[in-house]
Amino acid sequence: MDQFKGETLSWKAKDGVIELALHREPCNEIGSATIVELEKFVAELASMEAEAHALIIYSELKSGFCAGADLRELYRRSQEMAQADALKGVRHHVERIHAVMNAIDASPLTTIAAVHGVTFGGGFELALTCDLIIADKMARFCFPELRLGLVPSFGGIPRLKRDLGNAVVRDLLLTGRSFNATKAQQIGLASQVVGEGEALKAARATAAQLGKFDRTTAAAAKQFIKPIPYEELKSEIDLFCELFTHPAVEAGLRRFVESTDALPYLP
Amino acid sequence: MTTDKTLDEILTLAAAHFKVPRQKLAPDDDFFKTLGIDSLQALDLLTKLENHFRIELPDYELQGVSDFRTLASRIQSRL
Repeated sequence: MDQFKGETLSWKAKDGVIELALHREPCNEIGSATIVELEKFVAELASMEAEAHALIIYSELKSGFCAGADLRELYRRSQEMAQADALKGVRHHVERIHAVMNAIDASPLTTIAAVHGVTFGGGFELALTCDLIIADKMARFCFPELRLGLVPSFGGIPRLKRDLGNAVVRDLLLTGRSFNATKAQQIGLASQVVGEGEALKAARATAAQLGKFDRTTAAAAKQFIKPIPYEELKSEIDLFCELFTHPAVEAGLRRFVESTDALPYLP
Repeated sequence: MTTDKTLDEILTLAAAHFKVPRQKLAPDDDFFKTLGIDSLQALDLLTKLENHFRIELPDYELQGVSDFRTLASRIQSRL
């Protein structure tokens, strides 16, 4: 299926470039509907890869790339179930999103996240599955999970550790602070920083350049330089599930859900 | 740069970014109310200010800050 228009995302393949567009209001929060459509996407990705050389992931929403997991849905579902069932459900949910993230990470295509605005939590983790991050100068990155008594659970810690130094990872994870595109480029996270509204255009220009190279060589180079930390990814799921049972999580999620602010865990 | 100059630049930048007449903004205004923004848009303002002043301002330093004058003093300490 070379193109698809879903409730939370769409994709199209043209001239060897697959573009995956996120468009779930208010800021592409990743809940079960998004996961279903991401699973549909990665199931189709294998057949599209034969005719493509690049994948671009971007957001059609002005608010940003992605604000992360749909915490309101997570809280609601956890409240509807007994604790043991809730934990089982959360583990299943996280394992499904890990499978999607791993599939994108392992794709032989050269993958580009074109990000702008809020690129937080699970959104940041989605960007980290890509080979290149091209950031609008108004992009802002953050792992806010500790503010909720949790750790990132979509593969963010192992992938950030793979790409950056441990000290940088500790800073971002343990302070929960957000940082801008300039900083992202300084620490080696963003490969390009472009003007406001220019990230997708720059990603398309980069994708066109990638099309000039032999695909087998590019895929081999990617596999050589970008190992997937499967063991650490599994450990991250275990850690997240262990922490999820702590009272601080329920309190943090309740604070979030009861607030009417767009991002209530932020100052 | 003096704090007054920093404050003036913040007001000008906020007015332009959120398309509010500059003369409607005063140093002691609650910028959430005056600009009509939520915390997500406040992050946009923070990014804009960081880019303009070429500084890095951790968002936790802005916890509880809602007026332009205090914001200016936080930025001034990073210049």
